[in-house]
Amino acid sequence: MLAFIIKRLANAVFVMLSVTFLAFVIFTAVGDPVDQMLNEQATQEQRDELRERLGLEAPFLVQYSKFVARAATGDFGISFRNQQDVLAMIGERFPATFELVLVATFISLVVGVPMGVITAIRRQTWYAEAMQFTSIIGVSLPSFVVGIGLILIFSVWLGWFPAFGRGETVDLGWWSTGLLTHSGRMSIVLPALSLSLFQITLVMRLVRAEMLEVLRSDFIKFARARGVPARRLHFSHALRNCLMPVVTMTAMQVGGLIAFALVTETVFQWPGMGLLFIQAVTFVDVPIMAAYLCIVALIFVVLNTIVDMAYAVIDPRLKGADA
Amino acid sequence: MMVLPIPDGNTQNTATSALDVHGLTVEFPTRRGVLTAIDDVSMQIAPGEILGVVGESGAGKSITGLAVLGLLEHPGRIAGGAIHVGGRRVDTLSEAELTKVRGREMGAIFQDPLTALNPLFSVGKQLVETIRLHSDMNRAAANARALELLRNVGIPAPEERLRQYPHQFSGGMRQRVVIALALAAGPRLIIADEPTTALDVSIQAQITALLRKLCDETGVGIMLVTHDMGVIAETADRVCVMYSGRVVESGPVADVIHNPQHPYTRGLMSAIPSLHDRVETLAQIDGSMPRLNARPSGCAFHPRCPHAGPRCSAETPPLVKVDTTSAACWLQQGGTQ
Repeated sequence: MLAFIIKRLANAVFVMLSVTFLAFVIFTAVGDPVDQMLNEQATQEQRDELRERLGLEAPFLVQYSKFVARAATGDFGISFRNQQDVLAMIGERFPATFELVLVATFISLVVGVPMGVITAIRRQTWYAEAMQFTSIIGVSLPSFVVGIGLILIFSVWLGWFPAFGRGETVDLGWWSTGLLTHSGRMSIVLPALSLSLFQITLVMRLVRAEMLEVLRSDFIKFARARGVPARRLHFSHALRNCLMPVVTMTAMQVGGLIAFALVTETVFQWPGMGLLFIQAVTFVDVPIMAAYLCIVALIFVVLNTIVDMAYAVIDPRLKGADA
Repeated sequence: MMVLPIPDGNTQNTATSALDVHGLTVEFPTRRGVLTAIDDVSMQIAPGEILGVVGESGAGKSITGLAVLGLLEHPGRIAGGAIHVGGRRVDTLSEAELTKVRGREMGAIFQDPLTALNPLFSVGKQLVETIRLHSDMNRAAANARALELLRNVGIPAPEERLRQYPHQFSGGMRQRVVIALALAAGPRLIIADEPTTALDVSIQAQITALLRKLCDETGVGIMLVTHDMGVIAETADRVCVMYSGRVVESGPVADVIHNPQHPYTRGLMSAIPSLHDRVETLAQIDGSMPRLNARPSGCAFHPRCPHAGPRCSAETPPLVKVDTTSAACWLQQGGTQ
């Protein structure tokens, strides 16, 4: 297990170095940051001084190693646009995105897994067919259409949920949560639903396919011969054997959701990292873009590592095996 | 439905038999008509008795076992006859009632021990689950019982093994676990479908010996489905030879082996290589068993039978008693002409 963890960590470090390299290349290739930071009337002395202060005179590799060293300590520099610390800006937005993704993932599992099991074990029934059909709509609609549709129905027509924003938040030290206030909870429903719709379909179809496969296996037949009742057979014996790919996909998708939440965040004006990133793109605010890239990559890497470790917990065969 | 005589002289009444199958017919409706996989099959197993069911692949041995367990795969259905397990009729039970009977009254052992156990649950958990499904034992009592079961099937260090997962067991050991699971609730009948086929030859003998021992100790009746006449000869008390969905011969193992009545059984016996007589080529029965949708008229064996006469293709011979065994052949019933 120790060797496995060390191997994983080495892997993670390599991936992060590659990503920071890319981020750094973007950082330096997009343009001269000095042009964007100073106004047109700035003198050459002012420019040189800033250049010196930012360390832009040093050779590429020196700059890169400094960037890595600083990034490793969480220092991504300051935003070109409003001169604030980038990490602080992202840190401020991160809880909003994270809570959104968490709730969306929760919804997709709670709805998707039972739907997958039902469509697998009640294949011929009208409701299984209906779920299958609805799920096609779930994957084919682009998420901004879904978001706008939800706003139209539930905010404009029915007036049940707010159409934008995050509602009131509560500060818990370095984390601000919207889940503890009524308006925060009401506000997260529509964006989370919109974000999870695609996931629900994915989870459902994956669980269904896996269930159909597992239900054909000998140990299910043998469990029936032992007198294991249907409910237990389906939800304990069969479902547990389907969980590996579901865990993998869910964890991978959490990373993906964080990255792609930016569409949903834009539609719902959700004050998360995605919205920050979109705004940074419009102002060519490179440090924010680079930091965002690094942080999303870090989340991916961390999730991957957790998934590999979760395997060992779910499937005893993998303990001690080389992964 | 035509009522046939009871297959052989070893007559038990329905109430005390471990298994009593009478006139069982199993059909598979397909797009091109209904196929009869099992045609009017009767067999009985007394408590503590091992009945070997032997035949080629497709003879209907496994389907008979699955029909008893109520585990016929869709679209297979029982179209006639009656099945009693321990005196209780099971072929008319609903799925919910069957769930209570399976495991408790009848256990099963399948061919491949590598795939019969759930890989994600420890062996102990699967044993305790089965025990508790069929009794009101608490966890501790069920654990003790699981330990005892593992010990009974000859698994060394059972305390430690209980916590292990199937992948940590060898094939033979896994088959012992499967047997322990089949026995967990103290059933009256065990359907053992090719229990040794997937195992090494040296392990095969251990497993058949174990089945024999458990049968003698617990009084469970065992239906031993196999295509291996050698396994039957070593293990079973009586044997039932199946061909193309029908029983062609049945009787005590020694009599059937030494004095086979049906030409098919004779063919099977002569196909077993002997240690004593060295031969260049093994005897074989020419041709192959007919498919379900192309079963010959009359006796299904007649196209391959060296003694076949005109009567064989016209009328189906009933199973009748000849000395100690029963055979379904016109040879013993007034000739083939």
